[in-house]
Amino acid sequence: MLLAVIGRSAAVTVAGLVILIAGFLLLHAQPALREIGFVRFFADASWNPSPGPEGRFDIVPALVGSALATALAALIAVPIGITAALGSTFFVHRAVARLVDSGVGVLAGLPSVVIGLWGLTALVPWIARIRAPGASLLAAALVLAVMVVPTIYVASRGAFKSIPKTCLDGATALGMTRIGILRAAVLPTVKPALAVGAVLAITRALGETMAVVMVAGNVAAIPRSLFDPVRTLTANIALELPYATGLHRSALFAGGAGLMALTWSLVVLGRCISRAWSGEHND
Amino acid sequence: MESRSSAIVPGARLRGFGGVMLFAALAACARTEESSVAVVTSTGAAGVSVTGTVSVVGSSTIAPVLGELGRLFEAGHPGTRINVETGGSTRGIVEARSGRADIGMVSRALTVNEQDLAAYLVARDGVALILHSGLEVQSLKREQVIDIYTGRIDRWVGVGGPDAPISVIHKAEGRSTLEVFLDHFGLKPTDVRPSVVVGDNQQCIKSVASIPGAIGYVSIGAAEFAVADGVGIRLLPLDGICATTANVRAKRYALTRELNLVTDATVSPVTRAFIDFVLSSDATETIRDLYFVPIGD
Repeated sequence: MLLAVIGRSAAVTVAGLVILIAGFLLLHAQPALREIGFVRFFADASWNPSPGPEGRFDIVPALVGSALATALAALIAVPIGITAALGSTFFVHRAVARLVDSGVGVLAGLPSVVIGLWGLTALVPWIARIRAPGASLLAAALVLAVMVVPTIYVASRGAFKSIPKTCLDGATALGMTRIGILRAAVLPTVKPALAVGAVLAITRALGETMAVVMVAGNVAAIPRSLFDPVRTLTANIALELPYATGLHRSALFAGGAGLMALTWSLVVLGRCISRAWSGEHND
Repeated sequence: MESRSSAIVPGARLRGFGGVMLFAALAACARTEESSVAVVTSTGAAGVSVTGTVSVVGSSTIAPVLGELGRLFEAGHPGTRINVETGGSTRGIVEARSGRADIGMVSRALTVNEQDLAAYLVARDGVALILHSGLEVQSLKREQVIDIYTGRIDRWVGVGGPDAPISVIHKAEGRSTLEVFLDHFGLKPTDVRPSVVVGDNQQCIKSVASIPGAIGYVSIGAAEFAVADGVGIRLLPLDGICATTANVRAKRYALTRELNLVTDATVSPVTRAFIDFVLSSDATETIRDLYFVPIGD
């Protein structure tokens, strides 16, 4: 009874917090939306948010930068994370699996600033040897991939481990091969959980700031190749907010509100995919 | 990097806390026995008895200096507390004007529109062009720097260096080093074609050290400190003059800026006492230790 009360109030508090943050962002974004206007965020020639009439507030490069860096990171990290979890669960000795688990745990616990520092001092010079300046979309995607692989691995590993042993034994008794079992019994069961893990990872990549600021190059222009610098929405806020006043500051809050909307729609999308796939499995 | 910059300088705050407790205790005494306040309140080095809090906001370049000086001031004046917070020169101006802060830190000369504030020149700082240490370029002329930053020259061979691409490292909007740099070279923000945009001096130094063929600009003090620390960057002479604190002091080096404190018309006694302390000869040692050039020199 008491537990129910505590649980209920905790749930309400969490929901309230989200609404509070959204409201705060919108409140501070209000002056920019009113004076600059929604259209100019997409129609202006560049991002030069200096005060006065020369101010240019094109948010499109940051949107594209966030989307590209996140999508590339997911493209790299999702297959690696899922196959690594698959391998740990079904194809290696238990001791090795435990070793991998703890390694991933450490990776997940590394502060983003440490990964960023590694990216800046190791990854960026290495990419710069192929093409200057090295701080680029590629560097950002790789650093983000390193950061989200643990999330995907842990979610997938949990899903794979949850499959009852009797189920696998039954399939083996039917004379199915390992690959056959995976394809027919395992993957359909875990698909929704894998999707949830991937979405969680993508939202984390989208929101990551510190490491990205250090390696992405942060030039507010749409990149034409993997080797061009990008500025993400989060980097835009982190770089400029401490020094921004007036409309500039408000414009950054508008960017933050956009980021929140993006994350929100991703979460909804993830839930839809998950629901569709588990429904399909139950039928 | 940036998240750090908005924090209150911790030492100044912590040591100031005791002072506030004392202040509160004194205030409580004052209600019953007026005379005890005068007895208990200590007098500072200058013989002026002051208590209270001074909030200082603005340039991240000046903040470490004032944080350190704040600690010294608090030690000499029990019952005072100096809160130093960073947020850029513009914020220093805005908050000093609105009265939200007692003192604004502004790491440039004041503009025509800012003459309503009282300014106190604390020190000078030079902005140095820095290169990746492996780069064989000995000196750059003013026009060459402009050509590099506007993208007209994009390989080092164009200024007598190796045949390697130039990575132009630039600061994000609002940084005072950026304003000083653009101002000195007569550039508009939109003229610059950066390869990489960074936030503060440290990020710029790390990026220049990591990227072969990189050029950037930071506070001379910060650059000299990094070089002494073995970081892979090199300070570049400008128009044949070496970028050193010594040359800033001698006013030979051109790319310099003023480090100012600003206040509005109403200045509390404790704020006045603190400003006097910052401008006094007691402060020059601290300013020099942090690689800036005191005005008295």
